[in-house]
Amino acid sequence: MSLRGAASNLVNWVDYRLPIIKTWKTHMSEYYAPKNFNFWYFFGVLALVVLANQLLSGIWLTMFYVPTAEGAFNSIEYIMRDVSSGWVIRYMHEVGASFFFIVVYLHIFRGLMYGSYQRPRELIWIFGMFIYCLMMAEGFLGYVLPYGNMSYWGAKVILNLIGAIPVVGEGLQVWVQGDFAVGGATLGRFFALHVALVPLILIVGVFLHIIALHQVGSNNPEGIEIKAHLDADGNPLDGIPFHPYYTVSDLTPVVVFLILFFACIFYFPGGGGYFIEPPNYLPADQLSTPDHIAPVWYFAPFYAMLRSVTLDVLGLDAKAWGLLIVSGAMVTLFLLPWLDKSAVKSIRYKGWVSKVMLLLFAISFVSLGILGAKPADWAPTWVAPGFTMVYFAYFLAMPVYTRLEKTKIVPSRIGESSG
Amino acid sequence: MGKFSGDETSNGRRMFLSGTTSTLFTMGAVGLSIPYVRSWNPSTRARAAGSPIKVDLSKISEGSLHVEEWRGKPIYVVKRTKTMLESLEKVADKLRDPESEDEQQPLYAKNKNRSRIPAVLVVEGICTHLGCTPKYRVGQDDGDFSGFFCPCHGSRFDLAGRVYKGVPAPTNLKVPPHYFADAGTLVIGNEEWETS
Amino acid sequence: MGRQSLHALLLTSAVICILPLCSTASSNPRELLRSGIDIHNKASLRRGVRLYMNYCATCHSAKFMRFERLSEDLEMAPEVVMTDLVRFGASKLSDTIPAAIDSETAEKSFGVAPPDLTLVAKYRGIDWVYSYLMGFYKDSSAPTGYNNHLLENVAMPWVMASLQEASSEKEFSELMRDLTNFMAYMSEPVRPFRESFGKYVLGFLMILLVSVRLLKNEYWRDMNEQ
Repeated sequence: MSLRGAASNLVNWVDYRLPIIKTWKTHMSEYYAPKNFNFWYFFGVLALVVLANQLLSGIWLTMFYVPTAEGAFNSIEYIMRDVSSGWVIRYMHEVGASFFFIVVYLHIFRGLMYGSYQRPRELIWIFGMFIYCLMMAEGFLGYVLPYGNMSYWGAKVILNLIGAIPVVGEGLQVWVQGDFAVGGATLGRFFALHVALVPLILIVGVFLHIIALHQVGSNNPEGIEIKAHLDADGNPLDGIPFHPYYTVSDLTPVVVFLILFFACIFYFPGGGGYFIEPPNYLPADQLSTPDHIAPVWYFAPFYAMLRSVTLDVLGLDAKAWGLLIVSGAMVTLFLLPWLDKSAVKSIRYKGWVSKVMLLLFAISFVSLGILGAKPADWAPTWVAPGFTMVYFAYFLAMPVYTRLEKTKIVPSRIGESSG
Repeated sequence: MGKFSGDETSNGRRMFLSGTTSTLFTMGAVGLSIPYVRSWNPSTRARAAGSPIKVDLSKISEGSLHVEEWRGKPIYVVKRTKTMLESLEKVADKLRDPESEDEQQPLYAKNKNRSRIPAVLVVEGICTHLGCTPKYRVGQDDGDFSGFFCPCHGSRFDLAGRVYKGVPAPTNLKVPPHYFADAGTLVIGNEEWETS
Repeated sequence: MGRQSLHALLLTSAVICILPLCSTASSNPRELLRSGIDIHNKASLRRGVRLYMNYCATCHSAKFMRFERLSEDLEMAPEVVMTDLVRFGASKLSDTIPAAIDSETAEKSFGVAPPDLTLVAKYRGIDWVYSYLMGFYKDSSAPTGYNNHLLENVAMPWVMASLQEASSEKEFSELMRDLTNFMAYMSEPVRPFRESFGKYVLGFLMILLVSVRLLKNEYWRDMNEQ
């Protein structure tokens, strides 16, 4: 029997017992994706690439990392110096964390632009936001592990937030820390959560995100449902098989991404003080706070919101209000599918109010990010609350402006002009 | 698939480009695996801990066992007395490999005393059967038996670490790399930069 | 789509490249001198390590830096490293750089324990280290007779005062550049290697980019033929 014949027999043997051919067809060779994907549609695939990188490099780091107050910081230098090639694995994980957020922020922005959260894709959005929350948890836990001085004080500041929850806060904070201060007990549980529990749930989340996407099909820059027009075989007329067309075209952004990623690893592994903050090269010191505590850049927008509240009103102190605002900012994201009342999906066909609001939202989010990375007195005190209000206005006023504004007519087929 | 398949010349080009791309990706994957594989090698710290150790022979009394640790292994050092050295020839016919034919020692220890200089025995204290540490016995309990007795399965070795016949251990005890920096200093586990 | 996506990619790359340029370390109001080090200059690093061992290592340890690594990276023969550099508490090539005095004694004499210097170029910055070394000046009111422009009321005695007096200003700044260079190297010994190796990885990825682009164009010809 020829080699090819043998291989095909093996595939058939397995397929009889496990649906590999059916799965391949459903999700790759006969998954019809809109033919008009653009630049913004690369980031989903890139997020998968970074996820794989984080899992692999992360598993390897656990082989050398020591989750104790005495050993953690030294074990990082051990990886950087004594473990053969340990430095490149550590840099891949550390740069990877920041690239994960760059990619995911652009991926989320794509969803906002083209209305990818709208009916019938609400669950995809919910799963996506769930993944985003888990990533933030993962990022926070991971940042504490090297147990540098920024790890320590970052953890302390965030855990003090838990203490701001009325009534139960203080007890809860001690319970989460496992001690009366951040220490070895905290590192032990953060390590377990960071390397096992959170990644497991994250992978399930990604799985559900993709399954839900393939159930209803991908959106596209025009916001046209391609399933509305089928050919004689029942396939969308404006769709093309994901494999081979999108698999080969996705390789280009993947390689461009890898070029940027490895350029960073080899030439800017600290990300200019944004990926690794300089104080984190000092071991955790309970007696000395770094001059300027800033969270890692991907938390900065929410950190700025947290800091923006300085008033004690309505019986709650500023700290509790800050926590409430940040939680509100996250919860609002989950509600988005039901806030958008527009008849059209894509920003291309929405009215000018939506366009302006999206632009203002993007500007305010980036500005909050810059503010969060700078010292509190870097800008006038009204700036951060102002941008926070724009953030909320984008979402909370959405039911009004999407209903009232005049939208353009969406063509029924991709490539046709409207009207 | 009719509407999407290319023509004949196109298929050849596709095969070629797919082949090239797959080859390049495979090369990249192999390259990426190098740091992952390399990271499992003993680290610099492990190698530093495994670097040669010095033993001051003047502090070891004649005829008794001195144990050193090198690379996580017990190393037995015995300054053998004249009678001990004489006993080596008497037991020769009870041994499985009296001439040290098996490569269990560096060339410089392949002699009747299994040592660099006759008196000083340096062997790994690891039974060649299943890795237990043999006990040092000198002419007690067993009548005239002197040497190393493994408590796990009863293997016996003489005072040169040579294995007896009729015991589970298959070969003589291993002699680790060693040399004498000067008359009173033994160095176990020599490495290049130390020999110079 | 091709041109549009290319523009977008360029834009993203530009953003990612500019990002590191906006430095976070802006809290220090004093202007820092530019160190102008060249981490690939092994002769400079070799001069630097000798200065380090002669002046800094008296009080400061560098507990993550092994002599063995130095010997390999700076191309110094192990015998030379053993005789010239390995001293104080260290006895083997695989030892890390110790301080001559223990930190408790030092704390008693200077009021503060001298910090470990392995990572100082990382948490303070390379230019900071250079500016600090160049920043000592005579101040009769200070307990040690010297003060520092960068760190007011510095506890560290100016150990290189005699060296500074014996050399010209230019010579001294060169010496401090060598020392800073070594401290930058010590904070991340793999840096010279990663910077010189990185271009091969990027070169390979460029070739891969051409290949995947051609493959995509070939398959997507189907779209134009319809």
